[in-house]
Amino acid sequence: MSSVAQKKGFGATLWDWLTTVDHKKIGILYFLGGGFFFVLGGIEAMMIRYQLYKPNNDFVSAGLFNDLITMHGTTMIFLAAMPILFGFMNAIVPLQIGARDVAFPFINSLGFWMFFFGGLFLNISWLYGEVPDAGWTSYASLSLASEGHGIDFYAIGLQIAGGGTLMAGINFLVTIINMRAPGMTYMRMPLFTWTTFVASAMILFAFPPLTIGLFFLTFDRMFGGNFFNHEMGGNTIIWEHIFWIFGHPEVYILILPAFGIFSEIFSIFSRKRLFGYPSMVFATVLIGFLGFMVWAHHMFTVGLGPTANAIFAVATMAIAVPTGVKIFNWLLTMWGGSIKVTTPMLYALGFIPSFVMGGVTGVMQGAAPLDYQLHDSYFIVAHFHYVIVGGVVLAILAATHLYWPKMFGTMLNETLGKVTFWFFFIGFHMTFLIQHWLGFWGMPRRVWTYMDGQGWNFANLISSIGALLMAIGVIVLVYNAIMTSIKNVKVANDPWGDGRTLEWAIESPPIYYNFAATPLVRGLDTVWIEKMEGNETGLTPAEPIKDIHMPNGSIIPFLMTLGLFIAGFGAMFRTEAAWGLPVLIFGLLWTFVSMAVRSLQDDTGYYIKKDEILRDLKRKGGQN
Amino acid sequence: MADVQVYKRTPAEQQLAKRRSKKAMRDQVMMFSLMIFLTLVSFSMVVAYEAGVAGFSKYLIIPMVMLFAAVQVGLQLYYFMHMSEKGHGIPQMFMYTGALLGFLIPLAFVTIVWW
Ligand code: HEM
Ligand SMILES: [Cu+2]
Repeated sequence: MSSVAQKKGFGATLWDWLTTVDHKKIGILYFLGGGFFFVLGGIEAMMIRYQLYKPNNDFVSAGLFNDLITMHGTTMIFLAAMPILFGFMNAIVPLQIGARDVAFPFINSLGFWMFFFGGLFLNISWLYGEVPDAGWTSYASLSLASEGHGIDFYAIGLQIAGGGTLMAGINFLVTIINMRAPGMTYMRMPLFTWTTFVASAMILFAFPPLTIGLFFLTFDRMFGGNFFNHEMGGNTIIWEHIFWIFGHPEVYILILPAFGIFSEIFSIFSRKRLFGYPSMVFATVLIGFLGFMVWAHHMFTVGLGPTANAIFAVATMAIAVPTGVKIFNWLLTMWGGSIKVTTPMLYALGFIPSFVMGGVTGVMQGAAPLDYQLHDSYFIVAHFHYVIVGGVVLAILAATHLYWPKMFGTMLNETLGKVTFWFFFIGFHMTFLIQHWLGFWGMPRRVWTYMDGQGWNFANLISSIGALLMAIGVIVLVYNAIMTSIKNVKVANDPWGDGRTLEWAIESPPIYYNFAATPLVRGLDTVWIEKMEGNETGLTPAEPIKDIHMPNGSIIPFLMTLGLFIAGFGAMFRTEAAWGLPVLIFGLLWTFVSMAVRSLQDDTGYYIKKDEILRDLKRKGGQN
Repeated sequence: MADVQVYKRTPAEQQLAKRRSKKAMRDQVMMFSLMIFLTLVSFSMVVAYEAGVAGFSKYLIIPMVMLFAAVQVGLQLYYFMHMSEKGHGIPQMFMYTGALLGFLIPLAFVTIVWW
């Protein structure tokens, strides 16, 4: 590989992206892949809201409606929110800790391809015409009764994508534990790195239950198992437990990186050190622990009994405490700061009231007796959209603006960014605020239509108009991204002018080995410290410039995943087509052979010569 | 290729390293004997129970054997897998978290699903 820029043909570029193990490129792949599914899930959402905007609408059939809500939820959680967050983690975390790449670049690429093929598998259900229809929670008795291959697509697709997530989580854990630059102690790590760390630890413990649950479901549906079949001695409630033992930590896996992103934004644009940094770290870790102790609050009405309900209710409300600590820390970070209301900061300002509202309704649902009223009503829909859209999606949009220059080297238009924000923010509150009342008025969730004369018409209309505003906001953002890429005006290291952490002290986007010399970290917000002391570059090298060891790219992750993808179809059609079993075996063999090739090949990477690094440095005119 | 660096210890460092490994060796041997001893006791208890020796009931032996097993796991982890040494904080934290969850979740299942 050569660092000299040269025009490559289409094939070479494609090959480069298929085989890349560079964390910055994988970050972009995650971002684009997740963005694609985000748009897909958004189209599904628009169809849902179009169906519900008036009573007795027959835009879609009841069956198609079930397909839509199931695919919307599954797509948004597993294929949009998580991968986009992984995109930012990949692009930013190694830079923040002063590393040249993640700990396992090969596994990083494998994680991406598994997410992508899993998502593809799931969505091929639309083309095949049999779509998952038991909700994103896929409760067992319903999902076992569902005819056709819909739920099979769900079980196998999520299995593949979930494996990728698990690998990404382990990779980030090892990276953050082992690859921090000299001086980067745990209590000097930027908050986005910290939240990535805790979220990855939660992935490590939460995804294996999902894997098990999905395997049980797969066996029950495709291989004659009876794990959830009560007639054969199984237990259908166990699916609910397994799903929520995974599912509740999952919602915190989503929100913690969002918290991290907003922590960075508040401190950058208030031009102040984050208030209460140690308590922020502590609250993050505590949320990580408590997140595993509350799963049964999704099952209050299942009949676990008053004792179990009481225990889980108290545990649920306890989570509000560390979350509150964070809110106050953000407010106090802004207090007395010299605030600059850029687009990311605007999102951060909008996030605080929105997320607090979602947290408050969460505590309401956590009160078990009240939850008997709220459960399975539109109130629940309002709650989780307030925390997920008002928290996670606002963070994703904010980070898109904040980190765009670091990922692509150009700056999104600020005016258009603010237009996006206002459309999205107003649309979001319009869509979901009124749904709290719809819940109170008795509208159940996941119904495909409703009768006239129940007092729900106007509220649903408002909700649908809000959804339209959000869609306009996203379209403006896509337009903004395209125009910015066409204009292609390159920016300098720190385009926001107030960067505090290591990623802002190097090029946008960074050269493929990130740091010419590993930096020395002298405190929290090390670049800010250097700048305050008059060091314009923001960096102090920890070692002289020397040869750098880099990993080679590889096509094997792509091939390994392709095998699983093929095997998935084999498993699905095993009982009804003669080719099923052979294809299943062929796919698995393909994967194992790819793994064997990887194990036997002696790939120790390559070295970038010191001369080349010095040449790059001279071209850039000095430090990094 | 990066240069291979050879580092020569000073005599003081050599002394220290020697003393440390000596102590480690002593610890390991001690713990190893303790483990053998615990294993022997466990087997003898079971043999005593089989032979019908008075006082060796099931309700004494099963908890005792469990307890000895737990102690052995601890010794194994801390002495033979070096968890007692510095720099093992993170693995410890993850293991204890895993053990805690691995205990609490089955406990919840036993009490609220299968009771
Ligand atoms: C921090 C981000 C949060 C996210 C992303 C989130 C997400 C969700 C989601 C997706 C559901 C719906 C599950 C379903 O399909 O039925 C839900 C339900 C629930 N959430 Fe949250 N939540 C968050 C915070 C909270 C907080 C802070 C609390 C309480 C303190 C809470 C308590 C609940 C309860 C009790 C339910 C169950 C309601 C029911 O189904 O009856 N959530 N949450
Ligand atoms: Cu929950």
